[in-house]
Amino acid sequence: MTLEASGLRVRYDGHTVLDGIDLAVAPGEWVGIIGPNGAGKTTLLKALAGLLTAEGTVRVDGADIEGLSGRRRASLIALVPQRPVLPAGTRVLDYVLLGRTPHAGPLVGFARSDLDAVERTLRRLDLLAFAERDLATLSGGELRRTVLARALAQETPVLLLDEPTAALDVGRQQEVMELIDELRHERDVAVVGALHDLTLAGQFADRLLLLAGGKVVDEGHAGVVLTPDTIRRHYGARVRVVDDGTGGIVVIPVRGHVTDRTDAASR
Amino acid sequence: MTSTTTLRPAHLDLRWFAVALGLLAGAFLIGVVIGPAHLSVGGVVRSVLDRLPILRLDSGLTGRQEAILWEIRIPRVVLGGLVGATLAGSGAAYQGVFRNPLADPYLLGVAAGAGLGATLAIGFGWGGGWGPFAPLPLAAFVGGMAGVALTYLIGSSAGRSTLSLILAGVAVASFLTAIQTFVQQRRSETLREVYGWILGRLSTVGWNEVLLLIPYALVAAIVTIAGRGLLDILAVGDEEAASLGVAPDRVRAVLIVIATLGTAAAVAVSGLIGFVGIIVPHTVRLVAGSSYRTIVPLSLVLGAAFLIGADVLARTVVSPAELPIGVVTAFFGAPFFALVLRTARGTMS
Repeated sequence: MTLEASGLRVRYDGHTVLDGIDLAVAPGEWVGIIGPNGAGKTTLLKALAGLLTAEGTVRVDGADIEGLSGRRRASLIALVPQRPVLPAGTRVLDYVLLGRTPHAGPLVGFARSDLDAVERTLRRLDLLAFAERDLATLSGGELRRTVLARALAQETPVLLLDEPTAALDVGRQQEVMELIDELRHERDVAVVGALHDLTLAGQFADRLLLLAGGKVVDEGHAGVVLTPDTIRRHYGARVRVVDDGTGGIVVIPVRGHVTDRTDAASR
Repeated sequence: MTSTTTLRPAHLDLRWFAVALGLLAGAFLIGVVIGPAHLSVGGVVRSVLDRLPILRLDSGLTGRQEAILWEIRIPRVVLGGLVGATLAGSGAAYQGVFRNPLADPYLLGVAAGAGLGATLAIGFGWGGGWGPFAPLPLAAFVGGMAGVALTYLIGSSAGRSTLSLILAGVAVASFLTAIQTFVQQRRSETLREVYGWILGRLSTVGWNEVLLLIPYALVAAIVTIAGRGLLDILAVGDEEAASLGVAPDRVRAVLIVIATLGTAAAVAVSGLIGFVGIIVPHTVRLVAGSSYRTIVPLSLVLGAAFLIGADVLARTVVSPAELPIGVVTAFFGAPFFALVLRTARGTMS
């Protein structure tokens, strides 16, 4: 296992926001974290990245991240935040180059190898033509790819994604998800992604972890977790669940009374 | 991987650096040549070159002219350069660590705190003596640290936004200035000295002030230059900086202490000279880009050139009297600050 977390527990101001999470992700595997607003998805990702104090352990390739320096940790785990801070006047190249920080050492400056890694990443993500552009001039999809590029330039075995498709149109959503899917196979990266969109979660993740109230309430393949019953119980939503014909799951919100016939057929 | 890459990361453009050094050399020469006693440019250049190792030149200056040059003019110009570089470099550091293009030693309560410290030192006559550990610069330093700490605490308790930080700075500066005025009134016999100090002045007694400032200025410059890459990383926010392996609180603490150390030492020898810390880094940002890899070194050099130039104006505009240099920098700084506010209004929320 590349990433193993056990007994993760996080408390804010006396109440528990993450309660005993266990998680194991293999190289090249994609685990989707789903759950209603406030379920603890972002907190879980931050705890996995070692960005907040949590009880329990997180191990990457067997090493407990607790005992590692910030720099070493950043060379093992990359996090794509939901709302990244994009400094004004920064070029795509310089932004992506920040991902090399754990390898370069901030005082030493960047080496040839760092620039090469950035160039590879930009080329792979079709961003080379944008290298000199100011972040402020990019579209939403280009920005998402740029933020992803920074995380990939870190060249870590673990990639954590917090809503990588937030605020993108449906075409850009698919583009980003396909890209992540290809990259995790190419680089054998263990991916954990918090996903709002249940259909994307059902189509792309190998396995889903459903969080509610800081606890794992369901876990497994999309076909098992994404049932109208479960979704109604935890999201308070009425949905129809359809097999997309390629092994993926499509979750369709519906109004009014729902019959569960489609769900039964897809099992 | 082909090695045909033409990717150039943000770096200090040597052409800009050459321009900045040229401006500094020009300001130095003008600053040294201009004054009541006539000194020829050629004589000054030869005299300076003569002091360098290897070269041996006859400056053609009289003994009295040599004394004016080396005991009055050059110490003053060098002091102006050190103060300008330190204020501009500290301004750049503050803007980076607070992620706020308007942060400046003046706005964050550092100057007011250092002013209070210095006023106490002068007013209560806490011993004279010159040197890096003399009471005046130490008192200014402690006051400056207290000022910025208060501003930061109040600003972050009110939400840590740009606006709350600036407002906290205004409140802290007013409060400290009020105490300073009180102390000043109680010690009216030192009023003149304190007042002259507050308006900013580059008066020198030989090389004393330069020697006092040099260790602080050097340490501040070296640490800020070393940390310029870290300032670029802080620009993405604390959490992302941490996910990139940088400890934002530690970086911020070190750079604030260093910038405050430099500012307080500069304020201790030259009084309150405002706006240098904001004019210079901003001009650099506008012409040479927003990476601190560029902003920090260029600010240091141009800050020196700017303050030497301002001092020339301070000495010549109402000659033979002198304007306080703080008046000159504020005269140019205030309109510039208004301009910055206009262009930065989109990022002020």
